[in-house]
Amino acid sequence: MIKLENVSKEYVAGVPALSDISINIDEGEFVFVVGDSGSGKSTFIKLLLKELDPTTGTIWINDKPLNKIKRRQIPKLRRNIGVVFQDFRLLKDRNVYENVAFAQKVIGENNLHIRKKVSKMLSLVGLAAKYRSVPRQLSGGEQQRVAIARALVNEPKILLADEPTGNLDNNNAWEIMKLLEEINNRGTTVVVVTHNMEIVKVMNKRVITMKKGVIVSDSKQGDIENEN
Amino acid sequence: MKISSTLYSIQQGIKNIWRNKMFSLASIATMSACIFLFGLFYIIVNNFNGMVQDAEENVAITVFFNEGTSKKQIDEIGKKIKKRSEVAKCDYVSKEQAAKDFGKKMDIKQETNSKQDDKKDPKKATNQQNSVSVHNTKDQSQQKATEKKEELPKNSSEIISDALKDSAHYEVYLNDVSMQKSLVKYVKGLDGVRKVNHSKEIAKTLTAFNKLIGYISAGIIIILLGVAVFLISNTVTVGISVRREEIAIMRLIGATDFLIRAPFIVEGIIIGLVGAILPLILLYTLYGKIIDYIRVRFSVINNIVSFIPVGDVFRTLVPVAVLLGVGIGLFGSMITIRKHLRV
Repeated sequence: MIKLENVSKEYVAGVPALSDISINIDEGEFVFVVGDSGSGKSTFIKLLLKELDPTTGTIWINDKPLNKIKRRQIPKLRRNIGVVFQDFRLLKDRNVYENVAFAQKVIGENNLHIRKKVSKMLSLVGLAAKYRSVPRQLSGGEQQRVAIARALVNEPKILLADEPTGNLDNNNAWEIMKLLEEINNRGTTVVVVTHNMEIVKVMNKRVITMKKGVIVSDSKQGDIENEN
Repeated sequence: MKISSTLYSIQQGIKNIWRNKMFSLASIATMSACIFLFGLFYIIVNNFNGMVQDAEENVAITVFFNEGTSKKQIDEIGKKIKKRSEVAKCDYVSKEQAAKDFGKKMDIKQETNSKQDDKKDPKKATNQQNSVSVHNTKDQSQQKATEKKEELPKNSSEIISDALKDSAHYEVYLNDVSMQKSLVKYVKGLDGVRKVNHSKEIAKTLTAFNKLIGYISAGIIIILLGVAVFLISNTVTVGISVRREEIAIMRLIGATDFLIRAPFIVEGIIIGLVGAILPLILLYTLYGKIIDYIRVRFSVINNIVSFIPVGDVFRTLVPVAVLLGVGIGLFGSMITIRKHLRV
């Protein structure tokens, strides 16, 4: 599903943000990518979204090498990758329904289809009753749920979550993680970038640890449990 | 592009304008000023061209022949003149006809002078009304022409003297008044030609004035077009800044470059379109009213100048102005998108 082969990225020549990274993430996996600030986590996400191109190496998404994808094909690639961020990135002047529907509108879906899909997604994230609320009327956890609904409404095969619990309290953080787990159980490949080690330990999933642009460990599901 | 995406782009374009009301208004106002001036100059230049055309048709050069020139020689000269590309028309006027025409002119001039005197002195007008005389015979008109000689312009007095000697001539009308000089030089070189009367000043003035109006209007319009493009560009830049977050989200969720850019293009087009339609309405209303006003208040002008009908002017002006407005709007938004919206 996601494959990186000897991928390096240098923003400035001679200063690598990622060094010779090779990762293989299978369909339906739930993977945590952890590491300190500056470890290359965000660069990793940007490379997968083709916001950046690697300096060397090749990235495959759904068996397609990203370096062969033309500029005009990038939107199609991104429709297969849902993404959520720490700061939610919701449109503040639009309500919950409109925020989720926005993802469908930009790919040109018709209103009837949008209504069905958005209702379904809002039910999944538990916000069907709050579809008319604007972001400022929602808690952090609720806003992140809206962001997840928006990321999933186009039915992507991959969901990338960049620090999804970074702005949330403990209870909300756990609710979001449970939701991501449920989404993974429905078949979506989930990649969560985080530095919340408590959650990582309890969730007991595959963990890729990065440090200064290099993978220092890649523990399979159950390894942490066995360590404990 | 799907219908829903098209509607989305139009909707967002209108929303952009609404969000940046002040900037949009400034852009529309500048665009309106630009198109208004363009329309104004277009109308002036067109009407002036019409007048120049009328004048050109009336500006003739007169070719007189040497004493004793035979009819055959005169015909030969006529043929040579007619062959010239700048010649629109070449009419032969016999001695008798020339004298008759001049007599008519003198009658008209006398009538005009009398009317002007009437206005100044109503008593005199009453007396003259009681003794109206019509001078239409050849002898009378020639006599009167001689009497009035001192009051006439130099050119007319020369014609009188020519008429008294050997007044048969060709009246040559030009396609383009600016070609007068070369034709006069050519005709003067022909055998049997005694004299060529022409008005250098009219030709020069008409050509120079036409050019001047063209240059001034082009200069002003170019400056205003520049200002309009700059303001539209600023409006779109502000729109992009306001929607930066939304654009980033659109990119991440797989919106195409075109869909991201389209609302800003729509915004530019709408500003251009509104900026063109408003001054066109104003010009349409004003043109009719100004012509009516001039016709009523300055009725004397009616005999000298003729205005192009409003329908004729706007048949060309409307599509040109709308295309210009939309084109500037499109150009302004496109260059801004290229600069500030690298998708």
